[in-house]
Amino acid sequence: MAHAQEATTFNENESKVNWHDKALWFVRQKRDKAAFNVKGWETLRDLASAIKANVMSNLDIYLEEFEANAIKNGVTVHWAKDAEEHNKIVHGILQKTNVKKIVKSKSMLTEECHLNPYLEANGIEVIDTDLGERIVQLAEEPPSHIVLPAIHKTKEEVDELFQEHLGTKPCNGDPQYLTDEARKHLRNKFLKADAAVTGVNFAIAETGGIVVCTNEGNADMGAHLAKVHIACMGMEKLIPQEKHLGVFLRLLARSATGQPITTYSSHFNKPAPGTEMHIVIVDNGRTEQLSREDFRASLHCIRCGACMNTCPIYRRSGGHSYNATIPGPIGSILSPGKDLTKHSDLPFASTLCGSCSDVCPVKINIHEQLYKWRQIITKDVPQPIVKKSVLKVTGNVLANSKMYDFVGKSSRFMLKHTPRFLVYSKLNTWGKERELPEVKNGNFDEWYKKRKKNE
Amino acid sequence: MKVGLFIPCYINQLYPQVGIATLEVLEKLGVEVDYPMGQTCCGQPLGNSGYESDSIGACQLFVKNFKNYDYIVGPSGSCVYHVKKHFDILEQTDDVKRVRKNTYELCQFIHDVLGITDLGASFPYKVGIHKSCHGLRGLRLGSCSERMDAPYSTEENLLKKVKGLELKTLNRADECCGFGGTFSVFEEAISVKMGKDRVQDHIDSEVEVITGADHSCLMHLEGLINRNKQPLKVMHIAEILNSTL
Ligand code: SF4
Repeated sequence: MAHAQEATTFNENESKVNWHDKALWFVRQKRDKAAFNVKGWETLRDLASAIKANVMSNLDIYLEEFEANAIKNGVTVHWAKDAEEHNKIVHGILQKTNVKKIVKSKSMLTEECHLNPYLEANGIEVIDTDLGERIVQLAEEPPSHIVLPAIHKTKEEVDELFQEHLGTKPCNGDPQYLTDEARKHLRNKFLKADAAVTGVNFAIAETGGIVVCTNEGNADMGAHLAKVHIACMGMEKLIPQEKHLGVFLRLLARSATGQPITTYSSHFNKPAPGTEMHIVIVDNGRTEQLSREDFRASLHCIRCGACMNTCPIYRRSGGHSYNATIPGPIGSILSPGKDLTKHSDLPFASTLCGSCSDVCPVKINIHEQLYKWRQIITKDVPQPIVKKSVLKVTGNVLANSKMYDFVGKSSRFMLKHTPRFLVYSKLNTWGKERELPEVKNGNFDEWYKKRKKNE
Repeated sequence: MKVGLFIPCYINQLYPQVGIATLEVLEKLGVEVDYPMGQTCCGQPLGNSGYESDSIGACQLFVKNFKNYDYIVGPSGSCVYHVKKHFDILEQTDDVKRVRKNTYELCQFIHDVLGITDLGASFPYKVGIHKSCHGLRGLRLGSCSERMDAPYSTEENLLKKVKGLELKTLNRADECCGFGGTFSVFEEAISVKMGKDRVQDHIDSEVEVITGADHSCLMHLEGLINRNKQPLKVMHIAEILNSTL
């Protein structure tokens, strides 16, 4: 139960947990307000979900259509079956064009593929240019959130980090000063970069074009300044036609940050004269997930992060506790598909409250998929023998009313007559910080029988 | 109309007073209620732990006990949700289908089936509702804060008619309390923190009594309140609706 351990550690600093919880809840409330202002929000969610379902059941057709149109536009299209192939392809393009420095913007996919360490090991400088991404890059940490990568860091911590790496003056965590300094530092990197790597929010099959949504304009800045633009996309990012874009753009920013729309929705269709544009389409386990009927809808995800902001567990355990590129509720249904053993604790890191499914703009039934993964994990991943047998016995007891009656009575008897220090021993996790219910005289069955007799 | 009373295992063993209040409320409303002996559990603890297949016997027993009633009513949103949602592991015979369709959470049954909101109860206290997730987002006992639907709440409608009762508004209307069955043990730290935060919201909102339609959540909150000696009482909504203070 790695998540539980990490979460316990995270919770040792309660004021930090409170701060983290409030920061994310603030975003959730902004989202509520923004969504409330859209008439027919729920219909829009239905529509988005239906479009994505269509894409998933015709993915092969849309992918080929997209490729053909992108090629017509003068874009080079590459296919990568896994992370390693993706990294090799990107490196290959950089080698061919003799690139030594790249700037990167908006890509969880390159995180998933661990592109940075791969390129760095090959002597290429990689600079993440989104402010939050840059902060975690300097701290040598993975992002803890897909939209707010450095949300686990206070401004004071960022202040210290910048002093150390960028030589800034101590400023008591003044966000304005820190942002200005980061901007100066990044401008310099943009000007010197030979290639820009970006993610893809939406790839339009009908046109072969891609759309990248950013608030800081970094994707634009990178792609326009460098002579090579490499866009890396998971193969589920497709939408059929340009007219569908409006549905998703209306949902994405509102769900992510409560903005009506991201500051920049940048369309890239073809390379500018004298430059190159590449698109790398990555599978990395997506086809396999597509083949699992119960979990297929997890590929609808547009990476807005709303499920993380709303998740009461995520807010109180932090993104790193999930030990996966995509943390939180959606990560907990995607990760087991990649490595069931490594991530077998994640579907249990939830109360199944269902808030994630209700907030999700594309209506992924996240909590139902968590339940389904649990059933698979207990079968396919070795479980502690004790847990397994206790639950089996419980099953037998509950199937037999006489046995149930006996166990119920004797447990109540024991609970009532065992000395407190034994009941609240180390073995009783419930009782560490909570009292057990007070045992009454008799159960409901006994009361009911007595009443019947007296009638 | 014949109603079968469904008393979930933990209420039977630990909170008989909730079962009694449920029965009395229904009888007050003139409903013919029968309590089939030999009921155990809906299988939810096993299902949520990933051992749904070990719960088939319990689910079959549930169907056997309740198949002859017009309605099955229980004072626990999450157990009712489990019957409706997860009994798909059984062969879908007519009995199974009927049981799933006719199982109701207590408030929902009174409000939607009987069409009654005023039960003639009185309870002169400041009350906060803990809207349990399975009742809320599973059974849709009320509108959920994530969704942009018209606001409504079955529990509020019933409590608003209770004489002397002052219903308090919380800062976070429907956040999870962190119980989650075995989650409360395997993810102890987070479970406790979530519960503490829920309790604090009620204290900040000047609540005297926390109520709800799912006693498992209330058990968790009560455990924290008692350990931390906080000035709050916990009561199942059936107890309040049955009250004539
Ligand atoms: S699962 Fe839904 S809510 Fe979560 S990030 Fe994806 S689209 Fe957003």
